[in-house]
Amino acid sequence: MLAYVVRRIAYGVVVVAGVLLLLFVLFFAVTDPNDIARRALGDKVPPDVIEQWKANHGYDKPLWPWQAADNLLFDHFRRMVTFDFGRSDADDAPIVDRIRRGIGPSLVLSVPMFAAGLLLGVVLALFVAFFRETYIDAAGVFVCVLAMSISILLYIIGAQYVVAKLLHWFPISGFDPAPDVVARFLAMPVLVGVLTGFGGDVRFYRTVFVEETSRDYVRTARAKGCGEGRIMLWHVLKNGMIPILTRVVLAIPFLFTGSLLLESFFGIPGLGSITVDAINGNDFSTLRTMVFIFSLLFVVGQIAVDVSYSLVDPRVRLE
Amino acid sequence: METWVVSNIVVAVLVAGAVWSGVYVRRSEMWAQAARELWRRSPVALLVVSLYVGIALVDSVSWIGGDGVGEDTVALHEARSPIDRLFADFREESYSAPLAAVTFSGETPLLHPGTHLFGTDLLGRDILHQVLKGARIALLIGGVTSLLAIPLALFFGVSAGYFGGRTDDAVFFLMSVLSSIPSLLLLIVLVMVMDKSTLSVCIALAVTSWVGFCRISRGETLKLRELEYVQAARALGIGPVRIMYRHILPNLMHLVVITFVLMFSGLVLSEVILSWLGIGVDGSWGRMIDQARDELSRDPIVWWNLSAAGAALFGLLLAVNFVGDAVRDILDPRTLRENL
Repeated sequence: MLAYVVRRIAYGVVVVAGVLLLLFVLFFAVTDPNDIARRALGDKVPPDVIEQWKANHGYDKPLWPWQAADNLLFDHFRRMVTFDFGRSDADDAPIVDRIRRGIGPSLVLSVPMFAAGLLLGVVLALFVAFFRETYIDAAGVFVCVLAMSISILLYIIGAQYVVAKLLHWFPISGFDPAPDVVARFLAMPVLVGVLTGFGGDVRFYRTVFVEETSRDYVRTARAKGCGEGRIMLWHVLKNGMIPILTRVVLAIPFLFTGSLLLESFFGIPGLGSITVDAINGNDFSTLRTMVFIFSLLFVVGQIAVDVSYSLVDPRVRLE
Repeated sequence: METWVVSNIVVAVLVAGAVWSGVYVRRSEMWAQAARELWRRSPVALLVVSLYVGIALVDSVSWIGGDGVGEDTVALHEARSPIDRLFADFREESYSAPLAAVTFSGETPLLHPGTHLFGTDLLGRDILHQVLKGARIALLIGGVTSLLAIPLALFFGVSAGYFGGRTDDAVFFLMSVLSSIPSLLLLIVLVMVMDKSTLSVCIALAVTSWVGFCRISRGETLKLRELEYVQAARALGIGPVRIMYRHILPNLMHLVVITFVLMFSGLVLSEVILSWLGIGVDGSWGRMIDQARDELSRDPIVWWNLSAAGAALFGLLLAVNFVGDAVRDILDPRTLRENL
């Protein structure tokens, strides 16, 4: 068991190193540091100002280890691994502070969205699976496909226009962490987030549940006189939760990262908004830090899933 | 070579390819049966998809000169498609509501009263024209990306599955790294570091979307290479490349078809998000939606360009999703077995 955990973590470390290398290639080797400087400072800047800016931001060293012992590749690895992310290319603010401030709002939005989406998805899927191969089932699947065919952008614009602008139920955008008003600001992004996700989720959960209903244990339960409702809620739900939980646990790292579009449109100052601002402002140092953090969270989450699986199911360790 | 010449050649190749696959499907019993079943299950969705494909193909054929230019002298030297010719000299000064007879702001009559089915935009361009042209962009994004991503995924997936060992480790590592980075972010980063052309958007989409199918084809190859007929081929001394090409690849084709259709809507949706970030493709529905976003706050409200682009996008994705579901149900042997 311990050997498996160690091996799994070691592989995770290698994958993170691969991500770092890929980021280095994209952000340093493909994108010229002079280009980054010019994007930050503007086109009509004397060369010595650009050199000064590059020195301040640590872009002035050679790229590769074979060019010099003190190079950007080692710098990049060292800084990312020690969480010393440096300053933003756009406004020189420390990136770490920005991330620390962003995690809270991201979690405040994503946790209720995640919980509501999961609950709604499972309940609807159970309902549809209970009426499998009837018109209710067909209508349910149809609605799911409808929901999946609409772009998230249209959901957001629609919600902001109809709910906020015409009906005045909720503010169009904005955020206030005070507990008594925070729900007013979160209602719409949570609603839109649940709407965009539920089509795919319900269909997936439904497939899982319908597949479970053809198993032998369901037939046994039926043979001993168990009602259909009880079979659904007791036997099928319990067994169906295994594949569902896999999908759900893998989504947990993304709770921290929030949602790029929802946060940005609804003015929630989370990590998603920070990332979008970095994209719009050509802020490469913030952007690569965010990509690294998201990937790190994902790898850690995956290791957690694999290890917990191996605790439950010893066969996994043999692979 | 001029882009419009290339585009005409591509159309010719595509039509020839479609005819060739049609003949092939007719000859092969399995594919012919699948095609009949698909038509039986979702005729409406298939017709809608064909309509979009038809519009896109017609819009891809273009030539210089000819009539219908009117007073626009610039258009004389541009290659224009039949759709452009249909809408030539059809501009207004500014906004026009759908089928309106007078201008948006005042009481002056329009140049072409009551003819703009979906209205016009700020510059007076017809929305229907733009929506029709968007079909080509959407199919281009889905098609070119799949054309890049699927062969890439097959190459890596099949060789990893067949050779195993070091090759497999390397491909598996590459897949782990790429799938650890949230795909939307990787997509954005790739488009940002490349130039912002249609092709680079497609390349970026391909890089972020090939991993899923690579995993599937690797797994399937692992299963197939242990089958008796593959072992028999190996025992006869047939080389690995020939085995992969003749004995493994044909057994992955149904997965290729399923993946192609299922991948499509995701790609088009991703482009909409890229457009919102200002790094999408010119003339796409995503770009139209993004540009029309602020017009909702005008007074009186300009709703028609957003609705038209949104509806066109929704129609295509809905039809493709239905076709995708039907294709998966028909071709996926696992579900086939369950239905028997």
